[in-house]
Amino acid sequence: MTDIRAVSRQLAEALKEHRADYIEARLEESQRSHITYRGKELESAGQSTAVGGNVRALVKGGWGFVSFNDLTNLPDRIEQAVKQAKLVGKEESRLAPVETVVDTVANGKDVPLTIPLAEKKKLLDEYNEIIWRTPHLQTSVIGYADSHKKTIFLNSAGSYIEQPRTDITLRISAVAADDGEVQQAGLSLGSRGDFGAIRNLQQQVEETAKHAVALLSAPRLKGGDYTVVLDPVLAGVFVHEAFGHLSEADHIYQNERLREIMVLGKKFGGKELNIIDSAAVPDLRGSYKYDDEGVAATKTYLIKEGELVGRLHSRETAARMGEKPTGNARAINYRFPPIVRMTNTYIEPVKGSFNDIIADIKEGVYAKNWFGGTTSMEMFTFSAGEAYMIRNGKLAEALRPVVLTGNVFTTLNNIDAIGSDLDMNQGGGCGKGGQMPLPVSNGSPHIRIRQCLVGGS
Amino acid sequence: MEKILAQARKLAEEADVFLVSAEETPVQFEANRLKHIQSKQSTSVALRIIKDGRLGYATGTDVGDIQSLVDNAVETARFGTRAKFELPPATPYPKVDTFDPDVESVSVEKMAQLGEELIALITGHTPEIICEALVEKETVALRLINSRGGQASYKKSIFTIGIVGSLIRGTDMLFVGEGQSYCHPLTEVGEIARVVLRQLDLAKNQASAPTKTLPVIFTPEGVASALISPLMTAFNGKTVLEGASPIGKRLGERVFDDKLSLWDDPTIAYRPYSRPCDDEGVPSQRTSLIEKGVVANFLYDLQTAALAKTKSTGSASRGGGLPLPSSSTLVIAPGKASFDDMVSDIKEGLVIEQLMGAEQGNILGGDFSGNVLLGYKVESGKIVGRVKNTMVSGNVYQLLKEISAIGSQPKWVSGVINTPPLYCPRLSVASK
Repeated sequence: MTDIRAVSRQLAEALKEHRADYIEARLEESQRSHITYRGKELESAGQSTAVGGNVRALVKGGWGFVSFNDLTNLPDRIEQAVKQAKLVGKEESRLAPVETVVDTVANGKDVPLTIPLAEKKKLLDEYNEIIWRTPHLQTSVIGYADSHKKTIFLNSAGSYIEQPRTDITLRISAVAADDGEVQQAGLSLGSRGDFGAIRNLQQQVEETAKHAVALLSAPRLKGGDYTVVLDPVLAGVFVHEAFGHLSEADHIYQNERLREIMVLGKKFGGKELNIIDSAAVPDLRGSYKYDDEGVAATKTYLIKEGELVGRLHSRETAARMGEKPTGNARAINYRFPPIVRMTNTYIEPVKGSFNDIIADIKEGVYAKNWFGGTTSMEMFTFSAGEAYMIRNGKLAEALRPVVLTGNVFTTLNNIDAIGSDLDMNQGGGCGKGGQMPLPVSNGSPHIRIRQCLVGGS
Repeated sequence: MEKILAQARKLAEEADVFLVSAEETPVQFEANRLKHIQSKQSTSVALRIIKDGRLGYATGTDVGDIQSLVDNAVETARFGTRAKFELPPATPYPKVDTFDPDVESVSVEKMAQLGEELIALITGHTPEIICEALVEKETVALRLINSRGGQASYKKSIFTIGIVGSLIRGTDMLFVGEGQSYCHPLTEVGEIARVVLRQLDLAKNQASAPTKTLPVIFTPEGVASALISPLMTAFNGKTVLEGASPIGKRLGERVFDDKLSLWDDPTIAYRPYSRPCDDEGVPSQRTSLIEKGVVANFLYDLQTAALAKTKSTGSASRGGGLPLPSSSTLVIAPGKASFDDMVSDIKEGLVIEQLMGAEQGNILGGDFSGNVLLGYKVESGKIVGRVKNTMVSGNVYQLLKEISAIGSQPKWVSGVINTPPLYCPRLSVASK
């Protein structure tokens, strides 16, 4: 494989010669493997390698970006990026100042590359057998993927950062069918390189398969407003969709009206509500030491005691809003420029157990686990993998999966209980600007939302 | 490529090599202004082998690194699934036009100008709107060779213009947008602007939706955002083979309203998903999926077809992994009703343009549910304004069993599907 360190030395020299307000380059080499099952049989196993890079230039506020797999002719690529930036630039370039960093970050532990494909497959075989032991099961889908990459970041201020990143994901879904009805239940997990995170799931896999079968006879919820209790996984998806995306400064900085709405100090929720994004928490899927602009990771309070106190920035959005950079510029790979993204986003724990939270609910919905979520900033939807009625303070019958929707400006205010049991959901991937799935995590304790709109029949 | 094939054949019975090289140039506008010009060169080579009857698979970005590619494929073939198919030998392909050299020669200055014109038309109508726009040109060269002498190569050009506008009043946000993708250069933006301006006009007033079952018109965008994903899962030969498709055992039966016909046709000229052959080298063909309400066919690649004891429909598509069946260019046959006729038929109902989150539910079972991101209320035969805080939920099989009318004016949505509006008598609506 091409040695990207050697290429980076030529690139560092070439970057010095070029006349842009700012210029940076990233080189990346990666190895991936995947194993998928559909039904009893393995469907696909594959391995891939990739080497590529990019150059990004800023001239008078305009950006040029060139990405490539072919690592020859790098001076031409630099020239092209600068030329494009010049064509765009019509104002002043502004980037928040950051320190020049020269650092080589060490490899994490348990790199899955050292585990033979045969061992990975053996574990998946075991899970698939558990699913297939469940009566009435129609089929199963299992997707395992791991990737390991090394990135070298260079910029015109003299930064040189070499960082490894390892990511593991496992998705299992069990499909039950009966008389033309099809129902599914799933499990979604991941880690930042620790293969142990996906071992010992036998019990969870069995419960997932049984739940898919149970859904065939479960009733549909009647659509409408309910008091809803979310488990830590789904509450994590909720905080990511409902609030996280709105706190990304690239949506806000050029939009006067949004700047007014998202003014620091604005009240979004009760005194107990604290929302944080932090890439600096170690060993979660959204964790890193430096972002893709070479800015060190930080812990950022987005909401403190119910008030908006911060947001997520790239160097450009921070400069244009007169705020501090937070190290949230991320690119999914070398084919894309970095944009403002979340990392590990969570609601801080307060007090109370799940039983305390449901104790005084006469009729409500307990929504657990996730299928997905999306946002238009004001409105968001997210869907639960499992749902149950709550009656007179107790869990009652299982329901067909439900989709919840809300309005960020009212729903956060309707959170009236936050438990103590913070847990992180590592099974998600975030999409924005065509870059997906970006490894992120999100989490929360159990939370209760009054008057949440739930779709039904 | 020939070297990769030769090297693979030393270790495996059969092999195919698939090479894609692409050049993309996106010109992006943020907050009504030109912000980014990008240029992306990419190469990707995929090697599929059959060794001891099992499939092995590897991809790479460096065509010269034959050893890693072959080693990776051989390692995965140790546990690979059993190959049940034969690779296609050399075969003639239908002529499908997908390349126009004019796309490559559109200058970035011209692309920037198109974006500026489009934004000017929209801000001229609604000055407070904030637009993000994309003007992109792309050329792709694909080549496939296999160990049975099969080979295919073709070029594709794609030109895309897309825009999303957001209008914020207080904490109320309205999103409008339109996009078109074509294998010829798009040279004027008037039609795209007209779609967006119409959305802005219809959404000017707000209206409230009740919580009950209502008649609903899905516009072409609404059809694409709510209904196509569950249908395509069900028509996928793979889902059928697993017994997980609700229509898998109903081939030849009438499952949908007899006004509904849907087909997959990669041979339509100059559409972004058209092609002379699929990603395994099987010739493209028009495949009828729903014929007057009757389930007519499912979509197959080679392996799935062999397992199902049928023939490939030329529907193999390669994402990151092995080829899988997938739809290409979809068409829903137009009906007789004008859009205005359908609206005037409704006493109380909705028009749905965009559903958010529709793909999050039990798609496999045909369920869809989502927040109406852009939709209008109809009262006494007239659109009275935009609805908000409204969710709809349904099941495509129940919904499409009975259709009140199919529109007479079809439209291309994102270059992927050509569909008229569909008017359905009953859909569950929840609102606050």
